Amino acid sequence: MNIIMSERENILGRIREALKVPAPRPKSHTRIADDPTTSPAAEDTPQTAREWLPFVGASAEERLALFAKNAASLKADFQLLASRDELKAALLKLRDGEKWQRVASHGGELTDFACQTLGLPVTLTDRGYDVNEMEKCDAGITECDLLVAQTGGVAVTSRSTGGRALTVLPPHHVVIARRDQLVADLPAAFAFLQQKYAPNFPSMISFITGPSRTGDIERILVLGAHGPKKLTILCV
Amino acid sequence: MSRSAAQFKTQANEKARDLRHRQVIRTALHGYEIVRDKCKDSFQSWESARQAAAEIKWEAVNHLDTHLEALVAKLEARGTKVHWASTGAQACEIIAQILRDKKAHLMIKSKSMTSEEIHLNDALEKAGFTVVESDLGEFIMQLRHEPPYHIVFPSMNLTRGEIKDLFQRELGDAPSDSPEELTMVARRFLRKKYIAADVGLTGANFAIAETGMISVTENEGNSRLTSALPKTMITLIGIEKVLPRMADLALFLPMLATAGAGQMMTGYNTMYSGPRQPGEADGPEEWHVVLLDNRRTELLADAEQRDSLHCIRCGSCLNVCPVFRNIGGHSYGTTYPGPIGAVITPHLLGLKEWKHLCNASSLCEACSEACPVKIDLHHHLLQNRRNAALALPAHCEQLAYKIFGIIANEPKFWWLAKKIGWLTQPLHRLVNGSVLDPVRPFWTKTRDLAPMPRESFKDWWKKRKSN
Repeated sequence: MNIIMSERENILGRIREALKVPAPRPKSHTRIADDPTTSPAAEDTPQTAREWLPFVGASAEERLALFAKNAASLKADFQLLASRDELKAALLKLRDGEKWQRVASHGGELTDFACQTLGLPVTLTDRGYDVNEMEKCDAGITECDLLVAQTGGVAVTSRSTGGRALTVLPPHHVVIARRDQLVADLPAAFAFLQQKYAPNFPSMISFITGPSRTGDIERILVLGAHGPKKLTILCV
Repeated sequence: MSRSAAQFKTQANEKARDLRHRQVIRTALHGYEIVRDKCKDSFQSWESARQAAAEIKWEAVNHLDTHLEALVAKLEARGTKVHWASTGAQACEIIAQILRDKKAHLMIKSKSMTSEEIHLNDALEKAGFTVVESDLGEFIMQLRHEPPYHIVFPSMNLTRGEIKDLFQRELGDAPSDSPEELTMVARRFLRKKYIAADVGLTGANFAIAETGMISVTENEGNSRLTSALPKTMITLIGIEKVLPRMADLALFLPMLATAGAGQMMTGYNTMYSGPRQPGEADGPEEWHVVLLDNRRTELLADAEQRDSLHCIRCGSCLNVCPVFRNIGGHSYGTTYPGPIGAVITPHLLGLKEWKHLCNASSLCEACSEACPVKIDLHHHLLQNRRNAALALPAHCEQLAYKIFGIIANEPKFWWLAKKIGWLTQPLHRLVNGSVLDPVRPFWTKTRDLAPMPRESFKDWWKKRKSN
């Protein structure tokens, strides 16, 4: 314990000593054409970052269309569904098309509906689960906290979507989302998460942007490196 | 010449002539440039984003003590155990001790360049533990017993055929050389390891002081599994990775993905703020965060080059560097190759042994231009040259320049030197490039010696005027 405490003081001491000499602030090498005013103060990041990140339309339709486009380019299957009946049909089509035998899921309004619809044996994670059993599931069915139009991804957490493994262990991750969960961009996504959880955050918050992927062999894209080979987002 | 310098020279020479190697790297990086540029163009203003990122990093690094204390207080409040390590050896020992305490046998690891820096795998294997890399590229390199070739694409120097042979030899499982099937071989092999592992170790891309979080960026999902299944989780992180606010990630996550791999966002960007919390379905019972200095504070003390601690390890300066593209990642002999490696390695491992790296640059500025956090890389390379010349003067070179200075300053000597050059030129042509050639070692071995003109510019000017 003593060693640990003293290393903390040693490192902080060296940092304070080093910082006695000020370093020059970063200067722009070139004049920033589209930002003629003074360089933005770091405090303004949440507002200003929005102006530099990729453009997101103002209307709900534009954002939904952008999400669909981004999700498609990530090779995620995004389906916009008009009603619960359509959701039911979409789920049954997945079940029969891939011959699911068993799925994993967590308690939730949309996931409960999905599990009832599927009528398959379900591994529920809420009260603990056997990891080998989950590994044999054909799909993991979860809700999400939000959808990000700018990136085509979703955010899940260890508290709201059934723990840490459910969204990565089964070979097919099916997210069931509501239209009103769509946010415009990353600054809005972080603001939402802060508002929903701070200061008591779930121990894990993850932005999932497309199915698991790798390019480590000759930079050729392969899906399903370790996590799900397929990501389906059903939005009602 | 230092041992590292001699080794560098031999390997760089060899690789620069290896046309097959060059072709593999060019093909890989050509695709990178196309997708990166497309991604950069989708930003409303990439330049403004770079400027903001540089300013946020400046703020973080120049108030590092305050941010680290805030980070640690928040982490500990959620039940995370924080360890401080001044050296790599201390960090290895802390991690080995955690493994011993947990009576662990198998540790699964997701990608961590910091762990490469401190040679963690060697240390743990010597202590009797089994360590398995789970990132596909790192897994391939571990099977080859080689360090990663590139900090983001560890196995980019290998072809599918080489990987197929490797899997066949080491795993006895390689149905074909299709990248898809080879990836599935690794998937099947590593799935069992996640479940069997006692401990999972991850690296880190950012730490958030405001909320006490560690952010991990990846594509494969291996880091997600590493932090989900084993009962104990360890995260190794350099002290410079702190960002002030959670909202800063809205900028840094897409910038890292764009600069690093030409993606708007990578597959998984995950923020961890504690071990499994009450009411959560799974996750590690214990989470240990190891904060590593390992001479980062020495870099911090150099105000001139302090901004090299802004580095987010995206690898873009490697990708655009003409030297890296020709000599490859392994020639450097360092954990961090390319321009950023040439800047920081002399600080981390000693100027005397590593000063040669600052000369492995054409000072073309491609690195500084590519850097998403605007590190002044090419000037730092120059500063390292200056520092090396001041601290470790090269006496022969100094003498040569002194003599050159005397000749160049005196018109009569200069005239004489020109005449001698002109007169000995036909003699030199007889031995040009051969072993008898006195200028072969430093010039004609790899280049042509341009013939001296019959008439100098000065003579020509004089004649022209008098006409």
